[in-house]
Amino acid sequence: MLIELTDVRKAFNQGKPNEFWAIQGITTQFEVNRISCLKGASGSGKTTLMSMIGCLSRPTSGRIRLQDRTISSLPERFLTQIRRHTFGFIFQRFNLIPGLSVVENIMLPAYPLGLKASRLRGRAERLLEQFLLADKASNPVEWLSGGEAQRVAICRALINDPQILIADEPTANLDSRLSREFMALLDQLSKAGKTVLISSHDPVVFDSPCVDRVVELEDGLMVAGER
Amino acid sequence: MLNPAILALLMVSVLVSTMLLVAAAFAFRILRHWDIQSGSELQLRLERRTYLVSTLLIWAFTFEFLSLLLFIYNAEALSGQFVGAMCATGVLNLNPWGWPTLFLKITLFFVAAIWLLLNYLDNRGYDYPLIRFKYALLLLALPLVVAETIVQWLHFTEMEPNLITSCCGTLFSADAQGVSAEVSGIAPANSILALAISGIVVIAAGVWVAMRGTSGWLLSITGAAAFVIALMAIISSISLYIYEHPHHHCPFCILKQGHGYVGYFLYIPLFLATALSLSAGFVSPWRKIVSLSQTVADVLPVISWLALFFFLQFYLTSAWSIWSSRLTMMEVWW
Amino acid sequence: MIALLRKQRYFIDYTLGTMMRHKGKSLGLLSVYTLIIFMLASVMLFSHAMRSEAVALLANSPEIVVQRIQAGRSVMVPADYLQRIGKLRGVTEKRGRLWGYYYDPAVKANYTVMASEQDQLSITDIVIGEGIARTRGLSIGDYLTLRSHQGKAFSFRVLRLLESDSELISSDLLLMNPQGYRQLFGLDESLYTDLVLSVRNPREIQKIAEKLTRLLPDSRPILRSEILRTYESLFSWRQGVMLILLLGSVLAFVIFAWDKASGLSAEERKEIGILKAVGWETGEVMRMKFWEGVIISLMAFLIGYLAAYLHVFYTSAGLFEPVLKGWSVLYPRFQLTPSVDGLQLATLFFFTVLPYTLATIVPVWRTSITDPDLVMR
Repeated sequence: MLIELTDVRKAFNQGKPNEFWAIQGITTQFEVNRISCLKGASGSGKTTLMSMIGCLSRPTSGRIRLQDRTISSLPERFLTQIRRHTFGFIFQRFNLIPGLSVVENIMLPAYPLGLKASRLRGRAERLLEQFLLADKASNPVEWLSGGEAQRVAICRALINDPQILIADEPTANLDSRLSREFMALLDQLSKAGKTVLISSHDPVVFDSPCVDRVVELEDGLMVAGER
Repeated sequence: MLNPAILALLMVSVLVSTMLLVAAAFAFRILRHWDIQSGSELQLRLERRTYLVSTLLIWAFTFEFLSLLLFIYNAEALSGQFVGAMCATGVLNLNPWGWPTLFLKITLFFVAAIWLLLNYLDNRGYDYPLIRFKYALLLLALPLVVAETIVQWLHFTEMEPNLITSCCGTLFSADAQGVSAEVSGIAPANSILALAISGIVVIAAGVWVAMRGTSGWLLSITGAAAFVIALMAIISSISLYIYEHPHHHCPFCILKQGHGYVGYFLYIPLFLATALSLSAGFVSPWRKIVSLSQTVADVLPVISWLALFFFLQFYLTSAWSIWSSRLTMMEVWW
Repeated sequence: MIALLRKQRYFIDYTLGTMMRHKGKSLGLLSVYTLIIFMLASVMLFSHAMRSEAVALLANSPEIVVQRIQAGRSVMVPADYLQRIGKLRGVTEKRGRLWGYYYDPAVKANYTVMASEQDQLSITDIVIGEGIARTRGLSIGDYLTLRSHQGKAFSFRVLRLLESDSELISSDLLLMNPQGYRQLFGLDESLYTDLVLSVRNPREIQKIAEKLTRLLPDSRPILRSEILRTYESLFSWRQGVMLILLLGSVLAFVIFAWDKASGLSAEERKEIGILKAVGWETGEVMRMKFWEGVIISLMAFLIGYLAAYLHVFYTSAGLFEPVLKGWSVLYPRFQLTPSVDGLQLATLFFFTVLPYTLATIVPVWRTSITDPDLVMR
């Protein structure tokens, strides 16, 4: 699914003295079935851009198209509907809900879809098997190691079978070995047909051979990676 | 009158009015500033606030509906405390505010049903196409709610326990004056015939609308007519069969335990059916809006079938109460 | 449609899980909520039961009571008034009654003294209610001494006690022979406290009352239906007053609920943020919170109402006893007849669930609009 950005801008605290433009006009495209990486210092606008592409927020102006649908003027209700069928998210701090078991955490994104319980459970268990977590299914997430928590987060991102995976600083809490393993996993997923978008300032990520394209951001503008 | 149920009713109406006032203030902002194309922070704030306001309104209208039920039930219960009152009629007759309160509550019930359905539709169009329309409509509903609060307040505070009121025997009697008397005076044969015809027409219209998925207004008009005719039929003839008495025309006594609460089985389906058919007319015009055409196509048949279901339930209950009655009206019929 | 229902089930599952994880908070809210419903329901059930009790009691009383009014005060009725009434059509029975109060300084309480003809008491026999028996420590065969109007002491033998199922009214009742009554209070043969008339056909009562005021211009007929009406409005008025008093606590509860709903811990806020981020929509988070409200309200309502029911009908409103006891030394030990009323349930719902719901709407909305990209920042 092609992602197309046209002069996208995002402001915070509009009309106030502390008005701040996090993204100041970005026009680019992200191709299907590739691993693209957004690179830049913290505060460069990576996360804001990712959240707009991932339908988590709306640009103040400009246009974002997903395949042939303009999503930049959709209200939250419909953005969410597109988001949960199209995007899977992996966050920096895993963001698993403590107190819930591994399998419950994985099924969370699917609850609003109202799937049949057995089908939902089946999907979650297949994913757990694929990521070698089957024996941990009913453990509370607090018991997991960092690498395991990351894999649970990936399973959660994949539960609704999205076409695009968005990973925000995914390796920030992993050591270099686990980071490389993570990149290998992303490579596998990309080969299986997913489009992957990573934001990171970790060289293990943007120098990784499996990354197809690196886009560099600075102060809300693209400074490198134009094609 | 410091009766708990009255306190509850007054409290509900004041709360509902307040909720609607808040919503109306928001409606003004929507009408002025809404721009779905914009991603400005003002627009995002407005969008977020629509969740609050529509939740507020869903609750307000739900409470309003419950208060209609409580109002009627309470009027029945109060009838023991006033000389001359035998049922709700006597209590509503106590002062000039009783009937307006009831009529306002009923009107609000229909308005609320229509508004909630529009809200449902609007929330399914990806560009919220009805948002201005629905909030403008809300501004029209606001005076009704406020009026209802005031009139109900007057009705309850001006209840004089020593006042001798007149009850259904005098109001709903063919010999008296006024609309109620004229309705009571309609020959049962005519009213039953009209009921049957309106029933056939509304069901035919409903089936047509449900199958075609267009022209909801047809169901609205026939539904409204069927509603009025049904109320007349209840007063002029169905009640006679339920009371098994050739001259007792009261539309409220049928709510009493002595008649197996049959009134609730008549009124609740009738009101639901009417509310649904009225809203059908407010659904079908939006078929041409791109973001709503699919929803309208899905929703209109459901509304129509549901309306038919409740109408049918009403007609069957009426038929059953006439059928099972021991009253025979030989001299009236032939 | 089915997907929609399944969705609600998932939300309910999830919210139940959340409530279990934050046990302290949910239990705190639940117990306060339950307590409020318990108090309101107790008041309502109690006064409703008292009213039904009074109404049931009046069912057996005569249709018309005739009092004599002199200078605006009710005074004794001369016995010849019975003759002056003569034969009224529709009156099946008419007789004079003797009753009054006796203040017993020993226990600082008023007894209701009544002359009874049905019981065929001899002049020294009395029948007393349980309340008197308890406070004076009397049992059958014991003697109770009362001071007459001249200061002479009269001793009466307790023949039997009044049954306790009617204790609410009979607790302070003392029945004696009419002759004994007249001697004790110094009343001569020609006077009664009031007259009672029984009328079979309720439609004739009004007419008979009119005739009575014409026959006996200084009398005041009191109709049973009037008393019933007064009782009805008096009891619902009392209930209303108590409710208004309790409204303060409802308000306190509303503020408490508002506070609980808006005072989210960082952990809870993050949880909502995660839900939003992984694909829950504002409306869905609100739905989930709505189910939380439904579960809490339902549980509080059921537990609170059930507890109030047990409290009023099985412990005879034991918690109100100290309050009610202040009214009378001869506090009756009574058992109320269970009765539940739909109107009352609805009213209770409006007084508790509605304020709770309203109090939580805004905080729930505030929680639900948490930005979905919050967890990324």
